[in-house]
Amino acid sequence: MSLPNVVLHVADVHKRFGGLHALADIDLQVEEGQTHAIIGPNGAGKSTLLNVIIGKLAPSSGQVVFEGTVLTGRKPYQINQLGIARVFQTPEIFADLSVLHNVMIPALAKRDGAFKLSMLRSLEHEHAVRAEAEHMLHDVGMHSAREDHAGSLSRGDKRRMELAMCLIQHPRLLLLDEPTAGMSRHDTNTTIELLKKIKSRGMTKVIIEHDMHVVFSLADKISVLAQGRIIADGTPDQVRGNPKVQEAYLGGTA
Amino acid sequence: MLAMPRKDVVLFLGFAAVVLAMPIWLQPFGAAYPDLLNRFAIFAIFAVGFNILFGLTGYLSFGHAAFFGVGSYAAVWSFKLLSMDALPALVFAIVVSGLFALAIGFLSLRRSGIYFSILTLAFAQMSYNLAYSVFTPITNGETGLQLSLNDSRVLDRMFSEPGPGLPSPTLLGTPLSGYVAFYFCAFFLIATFFIAQRVTGSPFGMMLKGIKSNQTRMNYTGVNTRPYTLAAFVISGMYAGLAGALLAITDPLAGAERMQWTASGEVVLMTILGGAGTLVGPVIGAWLIKYFENIFSAINDGILTQFWGFLPDGAQHTAVLISSKFVGEGWFLTLGLVFVLIVVFLPGGVMEGVRRIAALFRPNKPTPASAGTTASKPHPAE
Ligand SMILES: Nc1ncnc2c1ncn2[C@@H]1O[C@H](COP(=O)(O)OP(=O)(O)OP(=O)(O)O)[C@@H](O)[C@H]1O
Ligand SMILES: [Mg+2]
Repeated sequence: MSLPNVVLHVADVHKRFGGLHALADIDLQVEEGQTHAIIGPNGAGKSTLLNVIIGKLAPSSGQVVFEGTVLTGRKPYQINQLGIARVFQTPEIFADLSVLHNVMIPALAKRDGAFKLSMLRSLEHEHAVRAEAEHMLHDVGMHSAREDHAGSLSRGDKRRMELAMCLIQHPRLLLLDEPTAGMSRHDTNTTIELLKKIKSRGMTKVIIEHDMHVVFSLADKISVLAQGRIIADGTPDQVRGNPKVQEAYLGGTA
Repeated sequence: MLAMPRKDVVLFLGFAAVVLAMPIWLQPFGAAYPDLLNRFAIFAIFAVGFNILFGLTGYLSFGHAAFFGVGSYAAVWSFKLLSMDALPALVFAIVVSGLFALAIGFLSLRRSGIYFSILTLAFAQMSYNLAYSVFTPITNGETGLQLSLNDSRVLDRMFSEPGPGLPSPTLLGTPLSGYVAFYFCAFFLIATFFIAQRVTGSPFGMMLKGIKSNQTRMNYTGVNTRPYTLAAFVISGMYAGLAGALLAITDPLAGAERMQWTASGEVVLMTILGGAGTLVGPVIGAWLIKYFENIFSAINDGILTQFWGFLPDGAQHTAVLISSKFVGEGWFLTLGLVFVLIVVFLPGGVMEGVRRIAALFRPNKPTPASAGTTASKPHPAE
């Protein structure tokens, strides 16, 4: 058996906000092609961990390595250009623009890199990018809303669109912060199917979720975070049976 | 590669026709004389360029008059040192104001929002003050930079002996005065409108709109926003420099008051009044402001007394007293009031008003995404 290929390595990361130890001694390895779920109670530090990975926050100590490249100290746009995209807990979208343009911008950023003075060609004639964006919107079931104003979408639709904005970049690592929050059961199931489909294409994912139905239908590995520490990790079955996890979720004081 | 979508071609041709016909359709408004027409064209260029920065990226500069002023000085220096021909003056002005915008933009764009605005305001006021102090050898201080008989004008001297009296600007030998000057300015307005249209409709323009809408998302989408905003800043600075140079060409004189904060504020007003982020809006804003400035600042107490003549004596006196505060030197007060009304009741400017009226005549059409204010409507799941 060959050794699994570690795509993302969070190595001994600490993050303090004043006196609050939001992340303590986090060590996490995500293997290629896997879906790695991070679960834990509110305020456990899950979003903070993603913020450290994508360069929104600098860790107080420790570092993050992606495919052999140290991410710590790089700017968010550089980290994205290396192949990491993120869906946020509160959707970060272009609320003033149409759904189609929301999805075309990331496609252009992927094609043109961090900066390109492309003023000669008209956007209307970017047929390839447009077709790709429309195709992506089909995949997330939003094609009929492509001319709508993104700011006027429902919360669930904003999330689906944000997912499309990330997927169109074909990231090698996709970070999802509660991707199904605010969605109906039906939309949640559609999203699970979509995420399974991209998994079969080999995309590595880190997913934060409160919905255990989502977690157990998608995850290959689960890490449980509580008060900034990883208190358990392993396969879904290992984690399900772990008494520490039940304690953390029941809010018992150890 | 340079192909344009059909609706852009239609807009462009329509715009060009309207500009070229200005001497005709402005007749009934009493505004069809070259001096005012020139200002219409020049300030429209200024506003169209300003809109590339403010309308597309959302970065509100309060210092763009500095680039306008630099353009004027550069053009007059070109007249003094090189030639009375307008072309070298324009090239020189655009290059100098572009470099100046590069420096100021590089520093100011390290901040966003109100801090960016204040930085640009500070740099422009510094330029204004320096023009009166340290840089008087370049700007000629309060007198303003003017042509003089002993200017070197090396290019002109190579071809001909200087005539008596002060020369005036030419275009390849043709004097730029009267309607020739207007059509010269109109050509640049049409050309710069075309460029603005291309910029807005390009992938680059889309990125600028993305920055305006959500800069955080742009960063996590792999876009380095700084060079995009800097490029927009420099382009709009070059537009301002071109406008400043054209003003110096129609009247070869440059004074520091062109760089004052009121002048910077004026282009902000033009853009917002017409409709920031639209292509035509800033042009309409510039025309309206320059038109009413021309009318209101010419009104004096004599005209007012006549106007209120139907009132009884005491009331007439009061009416004249009050209305006189809004005309002549007080024109800025009127402008301020109109501006407040627009921002409160029609934040999208004249163009939003046009859209609202058009919507009344177009029943049952769903609001397209570009129409700005859209009520939230959830979508049924597919
Ligand atoms: N930028 C910040 N400055 C100060 N404190 C912060 C900051 N970001 C997060 N925190 C704090 O760190 C802790 C962890 O927050 P985080 O958002 O990572 O939790 P979470 O696990 O994502 O919770 P939830 O499930 O509610 O989203 C919280 O106590 C939060 O208040
Ligand atoms: Mg969170």
